[in-house]
Amino acid sequence: MNRAVQIILSRPLSIAGAVLIAVVVLSAAMADLLAPFPDHRGTVVDFSNFNQPPSRQNLMGTDLVGRDLFSRILYAYRLSLILGAVVLALAVPVGVTVGLVAGYFGGWVRFVLMRTTDVFLSIPPLVLAMSIMGVLEPTLTNGMIAVTVMWWPWYSRLVHNLTLAEREEGYVLAAEIIGASRFHVMFREILPNCVPAILTKMTLDLGFVILIASSLSFLGLGVQPPTPDLGSMVAEGAQYLPDSWWLTVFPGLAILVAVFGFNLLGDALREILGTEQ
Amino acid sequence: MSAVLKLLAGRLAISLLVLAGVSMLIFAIARVIPGDPARIALGPNATPEQVEKLRQELRLDQPIWLQYGHFLSDLSRGELGTSLYTNRPVTRDIAQFLPATLELILAAGILMICIGLPLGIVAAKNEGGFIDNLVRVVSLLGVSAPSFVWAVILMILFAFFLPLFPIAGRIGTQFDVPQITGFLFVDCLLTGKLDALADALWHVALPAFALALSGIGQAARLTRANMVETYRRPHIEMARSYGFPEWRIARKYAFRPSLIPSLTIIGLDFAAMLGNAFLVEAIFAWPGLSRYGVAVILRKDLNAIVGTVLIISAAFLVANLIVDLLIALINPRIRHGRDRS
Repeated sequence: MNRAVQIILSRPLSIAGAVLIAVVVLSAAMADLLAPFPDHRGTVVDFSNFNQPPSRQNLMGTDLVGRDLFSRILYAYRLSLILGAVVLALAVPVGVTVGLVAGYFGGWVRFVLMRTTDVFLSIPPLVLAMSIMGVLEPTLTNGMIAVTVMWWPWYSRLVHNLTLAEREEGYVLAAEIIGASRFHVMFREILPNCVPAILTKMTLDLGFVILIASSLSFLGLGVQPPTPDLGSMVAEGAQYLPDSWWLTVFPGLAILVAVFGFNLLGDALREILGTEQ
Repeated sequence: MSAVLKLLAGRLAISLLVLAGVSMLIFAIARVIPGDPARIALGPNATPEQVEKLRQELRLDQPIWLQYGHFLSDLSRGELGTSLYTNRPVTRDIAQFLPATLELILAAGILMICIGLPLGIVAAKNEGGFIDNLVRVVSLLGVSAPSFVWAVILMILFAFFLPLFPIAGRIGTQFDVPQITGFLFVDCLLTGKLDALADALWHVALPAFALALSGIGQAARLTRANMVETYRRPHIEMARSYGFPEWRIARKYAFRPSLIPSLTIIGLDFAAMLGNAFLVEAIFAWPGLSRYGVAVILRKDLNAIVGTVLIISAAFLVANLIVDLLIALINPRIRHGRDRS
């Protein structure tokens, strides 16, 4: 643990990452308290105050129907974080199980599972999510499904590679000799040794899920209005560049800050846990 | 050379297998649509007879494996069916829009290699120094925002604030370049219109940079890590003790082995760019596949969705084959057939 503290303190960037994420998570969690106009997350219309540049009253300006952009970004953060957490909670167990089974059993099981994984990985990620989104109705739940379907194969590839290496270790052989079941060897012996790498990837991926989800909604294939979403805010504002720059710049920067924070944190975690790939 | 050919043949076989899998996957996805695609295509005013007729034309009344069989037999004749959105063959639509997208991605790929690799080398030579840290931050920032955010930021900075680059489009309206190949750069060259080519390059610069940004960072970071590691190897020390000049050591003994993992990443980034091109094109009004792709998805245009995704995946597989070939040519262990990995 001492080493972890040392690495964090010796790298100002990892502290910056932790601070950024703390700010993002707290502002999402306390959106109801922090937002100056909590009701602006919905269908409020205030045409006397529409498309206003940043001011003391509206820190990040107002959108095309007069809603406070700062309030909407706070709620959009909440939605993005929930979406990221749900997607990983669904995709990681699936991917990890597939990777463990493929790596441990080998043979035709491995062939079938890993070639299936390859199929998912050979469609460019965003294109796969787009086409799944296309056949479903664009809602938050379906967005989560689409991103989950494109995300699990990355974990199955990672864990498959790790399992191949771990399978040759002495402790696996020892467990097998005393008659441990395959289930026990996979989930109780091999899996704990894969946890650092999985954890590092999950931290990085929380940011990347937010990024992909915002890309989907930017294209109109994600969360629908009036629900505040960073991607659709940028898409909406892009037509009013450069005069109404705040409509795109603030939601865009909001994505950047969150994903950058998770990247810095994941980077630090990679060094602390020694999961350099 | 035969070892390289053998390797490529193997990779090609696997790619074809994967592509067959992709076609099945995307076909299955397109068939789980809730609601009736025929009804959506015809609109709310269509009579039940019209809907039924279109369902038969689309073969939606048949079981899915038969549909897939028909799809494969069409595909073997080079057909992907008719788009319900444009009422034209999907292959013709894709042939019209794909060249612009490929041109953008190619330009981005060149930027990624020409900026990313040198940055990585410079960072490795100054390990722990200012430039090294700068490259680290820039590469992390690059992957931390979706391409459309970079597109917006670059557009505000270099098209509006400093009007150095055009705001949108592929070429100025004053130029009239006849369509020969569909690839604008090639057409300009073929017709000898160099001023039009210059204008086209000027137009592609900003969107290509927005698209390349995340890749530049990744390529730089990986090249740096590999260079640093290669410099610690004994063969570098041996080259130094022979008294070889530093630039020769860098180029021949450090850079070449370090290039192999970077090439793999460039191949993977190509996949990301094929997707992200949709985002950048939307911001810069680039006349590529983006608008078509999003339109057919929103209209649940089955044939067009399947065709577009299949072509994009095929482009990705081809790119990876090229990367495999390059790696095989660079790596003497593969070139001389002594490496089985």
